[in-house]
Order: sequence, then structure tokens, then C-alpha cells
Amino acid sequence: MSQILDTYRGLKLRDRLAEAPNWVRKIGMLLVIAFAFYLPFLNILPFAYIRTDLSARGSDWASVLFLIVVYMIAAVGLNVVIGFAGLLDLGYVGFYALGAYSVALFGSPSSPVVEALQSRLGLGEEWAVPFAMCIPIAIAMSLVAGVILGAPTLRLRGDYLAIVTLGFGEIIRITARNLDNVTNGATGISGVPVPPGPEIGGRPFFNTIDAERWYWFALTILILIIFLAFRLEHSRVGRAWLAIREDEDAAAIMGVAAFKFKLWAFAIGASVGGLAGLLFGSKQQYVEPNAFMVQLSFLFVAMVVIGGSGNIYGALLGAFLLTYLPERFREFQEWRPFAFGVALVLVMILRPQGLVPSRRRAREFEDRKTEAQEAAVDV
Amino acid sequence: MSDQTIQNDPETGSDAPLTVAPDTSDHEALSIEVGPEGETLLEIDHVTLRFGGVVALNDVHFSIKRGEILGLIGPNGAGKTTCFNVMTGVYTPTAGEVRFNGQVISGTKPHKINQLGIARTFQNIRLFPEMSALENVMVGCDARHKTSVLGALFRAYRVRPSEDDLPDNPLKRSLAKVFGISRHTLEERSGRVRSMELLKFVGIADRAHELSRNLPYGYQRRLEIARALATQPELLCLDEPAAGFNPAEKEDLMDLIRRIRDLGHTVLVIEHDMKLVLGVTDRIVVLEFGQKIAEGTPEAVARNPKVIAAYLGEPDDAA
Repeated sequence: MSQILDTYRGLKLRDRLAEAPNWVRKIGMLLVIAFAFYLPFLNILPFAYIRTDLSARGSDWASVLFLIVVYMIAAVGLNVVIGFAGLLDLGYVGFYALGAYSVALFGSPSSPVVEALQSRLGLGEEWAVPFAMCIPIAIAMSLVAGVILGAPTLRLRGDYLAIVTLGFGEIIRITARNLDNVTNGATGISGVPVPPGPEIGGRPFFNTIDAERWYWFALTILILIIFLAFRLEHSRVGRAWLAIREDEDAAAIMGVAAFKFKLWAFAIGASVGGLAGLLFGSKQQYVEPNAFMVQLSFLFVAMVVIGGSGNIYGALLGAFLLTYLPERFREFQEWRPFAFGVALVLVMILRPQGLVPSRRRAREFEDRKTEAQEAAVDV
Repeated sequence: MSDQTIQNDPETGSDAPLTVAPDTSDHEALSIEVGPEGETLLEIDHVTLRFGGVVALNDVHFSIKRGEILGLIGPNGAGKTTCFNVMTGVYTPTAGEVRFNGQVISGTKPHKINQLGIARTFQNIRLFPEMSALENVMVGCDARHKTSVLGALFRAYRVRPSEDDLPDNPLKRSLAKVFGISRHTLEERSGRVRSMELLKFVGIADRAHELSRNLPYGYQRRLEIARALATQPELLCLDEPAAGFNPAEKEDLMDLIRRIRDLGHTVLVIEHDMKLVLGVTDRIVVLEFGQKIAEGTPEAVARNPKVIAAYLGEPDDAA
């Protein structure tokens, strides 16, 4: 099996892409994007078999696509934290929840926060913060949460950081459940606002039925986020993160403000997570604490690690596989946890560096393996 | 990114002898602006450092003048590297203080000290192994760059470009004239050029795009110097730069140290090799068991009986 993978590696698709002329790559990119936008209507055999709504029990194809893209956004954000800066964050769902809750708390006319504002300021019952304002609010809230969580904990290294962040994710969910007079507790908040748009056929542009519009909206945001993530990777910031990952003390002596850059990685990851949460909450038009269980954190980490941490395309692939496959094979629902476990173990055995790792990450991994072996021999 | 960046060239593997063609080109662009020569640049003011009961440095006191090459020597365990660590912010002294340009720097964070103008190399090489030689140096250059994280993300800080910076493509050219070029792009470009220049200066430009872990030992040592120089330090501290070098390489290194001084840097060098130290330094400070036992010109230090005793051991009938 690993031999097959090795042969596949021999193809070096990445090299061919890297050496293709610029315009070829640009056109290729545009075709991929165009195809992604067309996906909800995909109906040509045999490609239509990838749809998830072929059987009666299947789930709505466009909704699945939307969820995939939302998780892709989260995975790209978490990849900044885990892949670029090398910080293991096990509480990413906390930021995701914060994003969803901020749009619900400020944008829904029936949320306790908005009701309090209505009575204080004498506003009408229909008033709520408009959706366009909710986006910066959600990003700002999760960014601030990222800084508040990061500032004291980023002095910890490795496992300790993972434990603290794990706690953070749970704290957010439990707080949301118990804070009855702010978040409605376990009841949740309904009437979460949707993006404005013209009415078509008597329905608002963004509604619960036409999921493909949500998908396009999220896809546009995803493309923007990927673009910005690449900018970060190929700048002094990406270089600083890499230097910190390789030798934090040497980097500091070479003038890299290690703590500052790690905090930025955390804050950027947090705000992207918040944005993904906002999209999720807005599409559901309903937010409740049980949607943000700790398993979701693990799922996000698994997406980044299985895809190949440090590589944006890897994170995208991981998010796609771990969202799409369970939805596509819903018929075997009772087998899902088993298949998921087997797949995880297989990937960890055959390709521990991830399916499409960044080159550097793959080599760092090999180095650590040889170091561990040498250490074992020494003992 | 092609494969040759990772693979080692079999002919110049890490064991191959290293001969570097002497660099004769003019590196005026690399010289830095400094204050008047001869002023006190760094002062180690009666520094004591204890780890529990162990006294690593005991009331060490010396200073470095701008523009000189100072040697710091002493037997193994004398506290030379510890002294570097105090100067670069790795350790905070138990007593006494370190002043740089008249400003107290002991207790300041390492990256702040670097920004003030002190850079160092390491006794056991500490490059960023998965980065290419060029990228290693660019990390050093970034220490002087002003682009923030948000600046790198949104590139909204635009600079009116000079004629040389304008792109050739006519469309891009007119866009750059109207909207300017982001400071990030300009800094990235100048950092790359400067890094390449530095690699040429230390004589390893031929393998700039190779991963630093795949470079031969001598190249790695030189790369560390280039990376430290990239932060434009007024004071460059070299920790045993000649360790593991053969005589020819040591000659090259002495020449390199002199050329570094000619660029305007002040150099502090820890070294075991007495020939190198005596050959290149203007002044020498000798440490033994964490204490300064001698200071002076190379000739005076070489004749100092205390120094000879420290290196060769005291004769039995000394008293």
C-alpha cells in the first residue's frame, strides 16, 4: 500500500504545476473556481455520482457543499495556528461558537442582548444590528477572545497549550448554555439574520431552501481567505513563523518577536474560525450550545492533520474528505464512527505527515522520526 | 521549487573540503551607519551571574570600543559563552548591568536587544535547517523591516516607487505609478537583494537556494555570520567561528572578520585558536573560572604569566 503511495508521489503533480507557465496556472485556477461554483448543479453522468442526494435518505447536495466550504474556512484558519505557527489548538470550536453566537446575539431581534438594547434605546421591536455590521462584530469578538486566550497561554509550549485550549472550547459552550439571560441557555437563539438580498419568487435571496446561494456566498469568502492565507505564508510573517517553529530561541536572538508572531497566528486563526461560525449560524438561522461540542474541535484538527498541516491545499482536502465522505455514505450511517476510526489509523500509519503535506513539514517530520530512532538506539 | 533544493550535490557533499574563493568585489552597499569610532559601545559593568551555588560569571568588567575587534578567550568553562548569553538577553545578570550605547540592556528580551544592534552566532550552529540559505539570511533582514502582520496581510501601506522599482509590464507600471507599491513588496525585494549580497560577502552565494541543513559545515558557519550581519548589528558577536576549521579556512575567516570590521561593525570574537585571536584582534580579554584575569593588546596578553598559566597550567614550583 505504501508502495502505491510512493509511486503516486513519483508523479510529482505539484512539480509539474509549479513549473507550468504562469498563465497556465492562472487559467487552471480560474477553471477550478468556475467548476466549484457550478458544483451545486452538477448533473452529468458519471460525475453526478458524487452528489449526496441520489438516494431518498441522502442529504441536500447544496447544503452539504455549504457545510464543506464552512469547514474548509475553519480548516484554513486552524492551519495558520497548527500548520504555520506550530501551536496545537484543541479548542478551535470555541472561536467557531463565538462567531455564531455574536451574529445571533447582535443580529437576531429575539436575542436577549438586542431586546435589552431595544428597551434601553427605545428602538422598535423589529430592530437588530444589520447583518453587514455583524460580520466585523463577529470577527472582532473572536479575535479579542483569541488574544485574551493567547496572551497568558502562549508562554506554554506543546502539550500544555493543547490542554488549556481544550478547556477554552468547553468553557465557551458551557457558558453559552448556562448564561440564560444573555444567550437563552440551552433553548438557543432563533431568528439569526441572513445577508440582505433581493427577493426572488417571493422568498428572500438567502433562505433555508435555496442552499446553493449560501454555498456561493461561503465559497467567495473561502477564496478570499485562501488568498490572504497565501499572502501571509509568503511574507516576512510566514518566514517568522517557520523560524519560530524550527528554533524559537535562535529566532528570538535574530530579532524575531516570537511571542508577538505566535499571538498574531492565534488571533488570525481565531477570527477566521469566528467567520466560519458566523456563516454556519446565519445559514441555520438558529444557534444553540449543543452545536459546538468538543468533537467538532477534534474534527477540525483531524482535517488539518490528515490533509497535511502547513499546506493550505492539504487543509482544504482534509476538510473536504472529512465532511463529504460521511455525508455521501449516509446509507452506512451506523458504520461511520468505525470507518472514521479506521481511516484515521490508516492515514497515521501510511502517511503520518498528512495526505498532501507541505514539503518542509514532511521533512521536519522525517527529522523528528530519525531523531527519535537515534535516541532509542542511544538508550 | 525544484528538487535540487533539497538534494545534496554528491560532489560537494558535507565532507568535501571547503575552499572559498576570496571575495574581492566591492560591498559598499552592505556598510552600516555608525557613530564615531573609539567611543565605548558596550560595557559589561561588574556583571555577576549565579546559577544556584554555581558562579558562572564573577564581577566581570570590560568594555568594547566602537570599531575594534575584541577577542574574548579563556579555557573551557571560563564563562565566555555565558558572557555572550548575558549580552544577548538569554540570561539576566544576578548583579551588575550591561550597557549598550549608554543604555542598560540587561533584562531586555533577546529580540529587543537584537533591534538595538547586537547580533551573534552560536558555538553549536543553530540555523533554521529547513529554510534555504537565502531564507535564513532574509529572516535576519526582516529584523530591520517595518511591515506589520496586517501590512503583510492587506498590503495597504503604499510607497511612491522610485524609477528603478517600477515593473516593466506597461499595465503594471501605470498601476504602480497611480497606487504606489506596497511597502511589503519593496522590503521583500530589497531584503532578497541584500541577503544575496551578504551571501556573496561571506562567499557562499553559489548555494544560496539550498536548504541550510544540506550545506557543508564551513558553509553553515559562514551562513550564520551572514544571518547575523543581516540584522545590521553595530556589534557582532562570533562564538568560536573557527571551530572545526583547517588552517586555510582559518585564514579565510580572519580575512572575513577584518572585512566585517571594515563595513563598520564592531566585532567581539570568542575563540580557542590563539593564532587566530592574536592575528585578528585589536585587544583581548581573558576569562578564567568566570573572572577576568587579563586584558590588553594581543602581544601583552600573550606574554602575561597569568594567561600562560591558565592555558598551560601552573608549574609545580610556581610559588
